[in-house]
Amino acid sequence: MPDTNIPAATPLQPRRRGIIVGASSGIGAALARRLSKEGYSLALVARRSDLLNRVCVEINSEYHEVRVIPIVHDVTEYESVPELLRKIVAELGGLDLVVYNAGVNFPPGIDQYDFTKDRAMLEVNLMGAMAWLNPVAAMFQSAENGQIVGISSVAGDRGRIGNPGYNTSKAALSTYLEALRNRLTRHGVNVLTVKPGFVETEMLKAAQRVLFAIPPERAADDIWKAIRRRKQQIYTPWIWRWIMLVIRNIPSIIFRRMSF
Amino acid sequence: MNSTFSLETSFQVFENFGHSLRTAGYHILPTNTEQIATAFQLAKKSGLTVTLRGAGRSYNDASLNGGGIVLDLTAMNHILEWDPATGVAKAEPGVTLEQLWHQVLPDGWWPPVVSGTMYTTLGGCLGANIHGKNNFKMGTIGEHVLEFSALLPTGAEITCSPKKNADLFYAFISGLGMLGVFTSITLQMKHVYSGLLEVHAWPVSDLSAQLRDLQEGAPAYDYIVGWLDATAHGKGLGRGQIHAAKYLSEGDDPNFEKTLKVKYQTLPSTFFGVVPKNILYIFMKPFFNNLGTWAINTAKYVASLRKGVHRQSHAAFHFLLDYVPNWELSYGRRGLIQYQSFLPKETAQEAWTEMLTLSHKRGLPSYLGVTKRHRPDDFLLSHALDGFSLALDFKVTDSNRAKLSQLLQEFDQIVLAAGGRFYFAKNSETSPETALRFLGVETIERFKKLKGRTDPNNLLESDLYRRVFEM
Repeated sequence: MPDTNIPAATPLQPRRRGIIVGASSGIGAALARRLSKEGYSLALVARRSDLLNRVCVEINSEYHEVRVIPIVHDVTEYESVPELLRKIVAELGGLDLVVYNAGVNFPPGIDQYDFTKDRAMLEVNLMGAMAWLNPVAAMFQSAENGQIVGISSVAGDRGRIGNPGYNTSKAALSTYLEALRNRLTRHGVNVLTVKPGFVETEMLKAAQRVLFAIPPERAADDIWKAIRRRKQQIYTPWIWRWIMLVIRNIPSIIFRRMSF
Repeated sequence: MNSTFSLETSFQVFENFGHSLRTAGYHILPTNTEQIATAFQLAKKSGLTVTLRGAGRSYNDASLNGGGIVLDLTAMNHILEWDPATGVAKAEPGVTLEQLWHQVLPDGWWPPVVSGTMYTTLGGCLGANIHGKNNFKMGTIGEHVLEFSALLPTGAEITCSPKKNADLFYAFISGLGMLGVFTSITLQMKHVYSGLLEVHAWPVSDLSAQLRDLQEGAPAYDYIVGWLDATAHGKGLGRGQIHAAKYLSEGDDPNFEKTLKVKYQTLPSTFFGVVPKNILYIFMKPFFNNLGTWAINTAKYVASLRKGVHRQSHAAFHFLLDYVPNWELSYGRRGLIQYQSFLPKETAQEAWTEMLTLSHKRGLPSYLGVTKRHRPDDFLLSHALDGFSLALDFKVTDSNRAKLSQLLQEFDQIVLAAGGRFYFAKNSETSPETALRFLGVETIERFKKLKGRTDPNNLLESDLYRRVFEM
């Protein structure tokens, strides 16, 4: 645990507390910047310590106080999550929001099958989410308070020819989040599923083709708006809502003949 | 706490009184001393800190522990012994003042010191070392504690009195629950000959008259308290009304057997016989703004111009805050905070004139002001001194936060320059620098040294402790 102190919350300087899992780059880092601007105290969890520390130093020096603390952790170390979570919550002084953003994309190549890659994607994108969000859900359900945000993907809306493993991981994540939502809404906890289209991040390099790409800052703005309004699902940018409406409804007889 | 206890599913949101702070922690509700010891073991094993919580009536973060264990002592609420012949009561820490006076009054006794609400617990009362409207005469509640037992986070049990373990006695009381957990408290009650008090009320036209009457009036009474119209400007700055009360002597109340009964004391459950009190705060809400409270304060002052003497029950005189249940909700979604300062009698008038004027200039008048007369005491983290206190209530809104924070920081400087002190159950914005200046580095070091002895692993920590004492 880093030796840093988050300033005390008082009635006149209230602070909400959040965790972003997968925050060293891309959407996670952009969301960390956005939420700290809104006065959140955040624990930023990531595997790559150099990048993570850079993000933390940048944010903390901007506000001249500790708004984010770095937590180096590999989401596939599932067993260590409950204890780490408790330590983080103690350090933050409570918990109001958890964003699961950790995700990897290893396209196997058309007509290739690669179990190693598929498993790696499932382990980070899905199993990591369950390892983190299960204990979080238990805590939020008990407290009847809190919000969970899962960064899924438009890629989870259909299984396509390019990357079955990635599609599967994101489809499963979306379903898992839906189930959490159905469990937790009755306990006053909101669960938001975010389905980004193409966002200009490292992961975009893995994409076969790019359409309506947006910078991560714009995705972060959309996500913050949805968090504030306690939405249940958003596409970012918004146009993907309509694109996916069409794609989801393409009959299989056509869809399986498309090279898409 | 049983074998299936899990931290995750005990996570719960806690608030301060005033609803201006919300933090979540792990809720543990022990029913006996062994379970408290188990909770400390769990804390140590899980790397968590423990905060003690009673009724949660503090205006600040004294009983909050964001992300840590909140040890809720309200289930340890038994009066263990009561001797009507000597007036000595022994009770568990979760016993409320309400339970206590219900037990002792029918036998002709009353708690020597009570807070403005009867829902506080004895453990909390000792932790904050509460005072009442008789502070100038009876001191704080700690001065009436004959003995207490406490469980230390190490698992050891100790007994303290002014003679035995005296250093710990004077630090545990006022120690904000940071040294150990009271497990039983032995308290001397005050003998009374009636369920009634003789209450005198008169108006005071400005701050100088207010403080003069508190000081000069006090020796003739058992209780004295001032209401201060904090919305009044100019010549009327600090105007208000004094309420002073005396116990009745033996023989003054021919119906004492009746008036000592709990039923006689109980506050009415409806206003004007029709409006249920528990919804009254909803009707008060529209008035809780600058204009509305100015109108209420002015009307109250005009009404106070009629002097009077009347008899009032102990409960009605003391527990004004309990008259309107949930009154604090009238302050709206962001709640309220209280700023209480204690000033030496020589500097009080000048400092409070400056503070009240400043609050008007900033457009942030306090909606309620209460003044009291005090004397110093021997407890380690004492707030009292030979002088007066002024408690000011402020409404918190999203738009006034920054301005109010700035105002209170300036208040702190005025109070410190005037040799003033603060009370840890009330102020929520006290900084470590302010605490250091009014307590002095020696006092804080002594407190930490004692804490090192009773709680070597630093298991006891609250949001308040971290905010003020961790530098």
